[in-house]
Amino acid sequence: MILSSLIRQGGSVHEIAARWFVIVLLAAIVLVPVLHLMVPEGSALHLPTYAVALLGKYICFAILAVALDLVWGYCGILSLGHGAFFALGGYAMGMYLMRQIGTRGVYANPILPDFMVFLNYKELPWFWHGFHSFPFAFFMILFVPGLLALVFGWLAFRSRVTGVYLSIITQALTYALLLAFFRNDMGLGGNNGLTDFKDILGFTVQAPGTRAVLCMLSLATLLGSFLFAQRLVNSTFGKVLIAIRDTESRTRFLGYRVENYKLTAFVVSAMMAGLAGALYVPQVGIINPSEFAPANSIEAVIWVAVGGRGTLVGAAVGAVVVNFLKTWFTTGLLAPYWLFALGALFIFVTLALPKGIIGALLERFGEKSSGLKGASMPVAPVSKAAE
Amino acid sequence: MKLRTMGKWAGLSIAALVLMFMLMPFAASRADAAGLIDTAIEKFLADSFTDTDAAVADVVASGAQQSAAILDALAERRLLFSATGKSVSYTDAAGKVFDARSGLPIPAVPADAQIVRVNNRLRGTIAAAIGTLTLLSPDPVKRLSAADSVFKSRDAASLPALEAAMAAEKLPNVKRAFAAARASVLLASPDADRAQQVAAVGTLAERGDQDAMALLRGVASSAIAPEVKQAAELAMSAVERKLRITNVVQNVYYGLSLGSVLLLAAIGLAITFGVMGVINMAHGEMVMLGAYTTFEVQELFRAYAPGWFGWSLPVAIPLAFLVAALVGIVIERGIIRFLYGRPLETLLATWGVSLILQQAVRTIFGSSNREVGAPSYMSGAFEIYGLAITYGRMWIIVFTLILFLGLLAMLKLTPLGLQMRAVTQNRRMAGSMGIRTNWIDAMTFALGSGIAGIAGVALSQIDNVSPNLGQSYIIDSFMVVVFGGVGNLWGTLVSAFTLGIANKLLEPYAGAVLGKIFILVALILFVQKRPRGLFALKGRAVEA
Amino acid sequence: MNTVIHPDATTEKPALTQALLYLDGVSVAFDGFKAINDLSLFIRPGEMRAIIGPNGAGKTTMMDIITGKTRPDAGTVYFDGKHDLTKLDEASIADLGIGRKFQKPTVFESQTVADNILLALRGPRDAWSALFGERNAIAPHRIEEILDIVRLTHEQKRLAGDLSHGQKQWLEIGMLLAQDPKLLLVDEPVAGMTDSETEDTARLLKRIAKDHSVIVVEHDMSFVRALDTRVTCLHEGSVLAEGQIDDVSRNERVIEVYLGR
Repeated sequence: MILSSLIRQGGSVHEIAARWFVIVLLAAIVLVPVLHLMVPEGSALHLPTYAVALLGKYICFAILAVALDLVWGYCGILSLGHGAFFALGGYAMGMYLMRQIGTRGVYANPILPDFMVFLNYKELPWFWHGFHSFPFAFFMILFVPGLLALVFGWLAFRSRVTGVYLSIITQALTYALLLAFFRNDMGLGGNNGLTDFKDILGFTVQAPGTRAVLCMLSLATLLGSFLFAQRLVNSTFGKVLIAIRDTESRTRFLGYRVENYKLTAFVVSAMMAGLAGALYVPQVGIINPSEFAPANSIEAVIWVAVGGRGTLVGAAVGAVVVNFLKTWFTTGLLAPYWLFALGALFIFVTLALPKGIIGALLERFGEKSSGLKGASMPVAPVSKAAE
Repeated sequence: MKLRTMGKWAGLSIAALVLMFMLMPFAASRADAAGLIDTAIEKFLADSFTDTDAAVADVVASGAQQSAAILDALAERRLLFSATGKSVSYTDAAGKVFDARSGLPIPAVPADAQIVRVNNRLRGTIAAAIGTLTLLSPDPVKRLSAADSVFKSRDAASLPALEAAMAAEKLPNVKRAFAAARASVLLASPDADRAQQVAAVGTLAERGDQDAMALLRGVASSAIAPEVKQAAELAMSAVERKLRITNVVQNVYYGLSLGSVLLLAAIGLAITFGVMGVINMAHGEMVMLGAYTTFEVQELFRAYAPGWFGWSLPVAIPLAFLVAALVGIVIERGIIRFLYGRPLETLLATWGVSLILQQAVRTIFGSSNREVGAPSYMSGAFEIYGLAITYGRMWIIVFTLILFLGLLAMLKLTPLGLQMRAVTQNRRMAGSMGIRTNWIDAMTFALGSGIAGIAGVALSQIDNVSPNLGQSYIIDSFMVVVFGGVGNLWGTLVSAFTLGIANKLLEPYAGAVLGKIFILVALILFVQKRPRGLFALKGRAVEA
Repeated sequence: MNTVIHPDATTEKPALTQALLYLDGVSVAFDGFKAINDLSLFIRPGEMRAIIGPNGAGKTTMMDIITGKTRPDAGTVYFDGKHDLTKLDEASIADLGIGRKFQKPTVFESQTVADNILLALRGPRDAWSALFGERNAIAPHRIEEILDIVRLTHEQKRLAGDLSHGQKQWLEIGMLLAQDPKLLLVDEPVAGMTDSETEDTARLLKRIAKDHSVIVVEHDMSFVRALDTRVTCLHEGSVLAEGQIDDVSRNERVIEVYLGR
């Protein structure tokens, strides 16, 4: 019933695209467990374990892409450090999973994770307390990235750091965190990170049922994030964001406190990214400092650019498409050529497809796609009028 | 080009020094030598450990030219005696045979020759004797190391030889080393005169390094005589003060060295980003290309002109400039020119370029580190006032400054530089005055890229040449340029050295990684406080 | 300085509390260049003032100072007799009731005409209300009223970027109206307009001036004449002459530096 009503309604191309996106996600939420758990393994319709794992991963990236699009596509903040929020959420989840191992570790220490025993820790560092509890860990998954975004954004937006300067310091931020997390003294597993997880909320992490549920949860979170972000950008708040993106100083002269709007969007986006990271970690079974690598954050930017910045559907689709390509390339004979392909993709998209795949399609099918006129350069500070 | 001249200078001065010492008169009484060598030979013939021990002392005392060779041979069981021929002979490392008495070559070892036996106690004696002998070596470097070994062994037996050597010594630094060694020996011997010991403490305080400090600490805790103890304590605090200063100076020097590396990496970016406003994320790869050019040039030198290896760097510099500049032109004409005024798009597209360049180099050269050699003038080190300075680092600092000044002069004095500044300040006006702005854009970008290539030549001397070389510099370079103030070359200079020195001064307290993190966080905060950098340009021109 | 009609301190200067906008002894320099030099200006509530002057006279910089974009090096700027504008940022100043139209029409090009007005409409500006609060419950008739005034009712669904130059100027004036400020700063509203558009704009501004204070910066002398109001001529960052248009245009110095002979 809901489905048919979703399909039948009219609306702009953007609304139609969003509706189809929701339908596909809803269908996937139902189909993934059915095809994976109920269809027998021999059947052509059976969804194998590796496919569930891959899909789960892609979906987490899609959530990150939606988060990034919210600040970049709608507010003109090109963050080259969103991988940091993703990784912080991942670490918070990883800490919970580490505490769940208990005595099943190699050293069988009931309190200390293996790497701490190995590094001669006598007791649990203070910031590890509480992570045995899932509600606490869940809170931290949102709180830590949110707090970092709040502090960083408050400083940056208040002093009106914009454009490439902001991009460069977000990159420096994730780089600093990369260096910090590599240190053993950080108490977070150093180089090796956190891994060898056993169970989550009492379910074995590796079990097919758990995997299917995690994948479903990721899909549901993507749906939730999408709808939330959609709501955000369609409200007056979103209109102010676009106004800031296109002409920041004009928006100020209208009496809007630009920094507060940016900060709100940035913090929401960081929390979304943290959530994505938290879902990612139990599905891939490890979190280590390399997730902070600046290259990862830039790669996330290209997902959004490929799909189409300023269209939330595009960001999510871009993430899935690029990562599918990556898997396809790197698992075959073409592996050495992946970086060529990725590099070419960066150049091609910026030069030839500034609106991304979905952005270009929407423009083609809708006479007037709202909100995207300036999408080819939504971040340029246009207001020279007063100078 | 600059490196070549510098190398020549270094070579010349070293040659002059060596010549000086060769000509220095170095005499020992001939007659005496002959007599003592004879007695020594007698004793070797006995082949008893006691006699051999005495013989070693005679050989040393003889001052004969072949003394060192004899002792070396004895230690390595190459000294042979012939009981029937009453002669002693030795072979050198190459197997040639010499007569011990005359030191002259002889055709063969006598048939009944036997090895002169040594035991562990004797080996100790021989080592000490060789140490003493080298105190008199004509080579000042050897004399220095001999003084150093006496300083450490504190063997009272070497005192007479040491004093003799000291008296004959002309070089002030060697003489100082001898004096320190003597002081060290005196302080170790319980029966030395107290006044002498107090004087020795003074000598050590003058030397004022870590070794002297350790020695003084020992003296202060163990000396029996109160005046010696007191002198040692006083000297210790003086040395400590001096060491602390040396330490800071050393760290500042390391900071200058790191700063020059940062400046090298950032200087090209100061052109492309600072002057043109282009965010070139492939900048690091230009540095990498320069480093690989150096590698290729060196390969060619190794294959065809190994004797001229020292020239590989001077040859690599213009080539690296050309390679990187050409790639730069291709990037500018092919990609960047379509994206002027859209910095964030430029950032993404050039990131793509950087991925492609990295992978291309990985495909051609492999992903492992490539060996780039250091010519002789780039290796080795010297010490000045307790500062250890390696030639490689020193030349890189000098080279960086020359490159910087050269670039500055180019921008200020040449027509191309004038046109570049004109175009960046007012593109339309420059265009209407007949300047081909497109061409200037390409040339400016080529210049920035080419300079990054030259930086690659220098950095290949101190860093691993791998496809990831550029990646490790890109964030640092951007931070240097932003910190210094975009569009301001002097700002870049000050910024690079400030960051380098701050980093090295922090390191002893925070450790290398944490120090770097501090600097990064401080930079992030700084940019938020002053988004336009240390030396911001004012006015409307910079509102990009 | 012989025949200059100065704002005579004894006769004309209103009491501090009476002036809506009060600038006194304001100076600002960029890299040594004095863009504004000891400028004093008083605008009474409900007054319309036209500002003329050659390029570089400091007209735009003066607006930047009033709206908080540029901080003066010296001098006092008071609004409504109690708000020190030199201490406030752009958003707070806009909140106090100062609206600004830019020299080059600056509208939100990727949003619809109606949304442009919606963004400008008076009301709470904080993020919360924009997200969940009353900002989303603005009555459509308020937008329509304004669109009607600036004659863009039929264009309301179009993207602002697709409007003609003159329409953008009017949209921006519409946004100013939506803001409903006490003081409107209007920078060259008729630049690039046809003659009939210019006349319409003059009429519109006079209508607005009935219940708002307005400062208009303009080069077009016929337009200034049409406004029929008090004129201030700026030169090299300070006031050269002030008075009725006929007086000012007869002033020797004004003719020399600005109008030409």
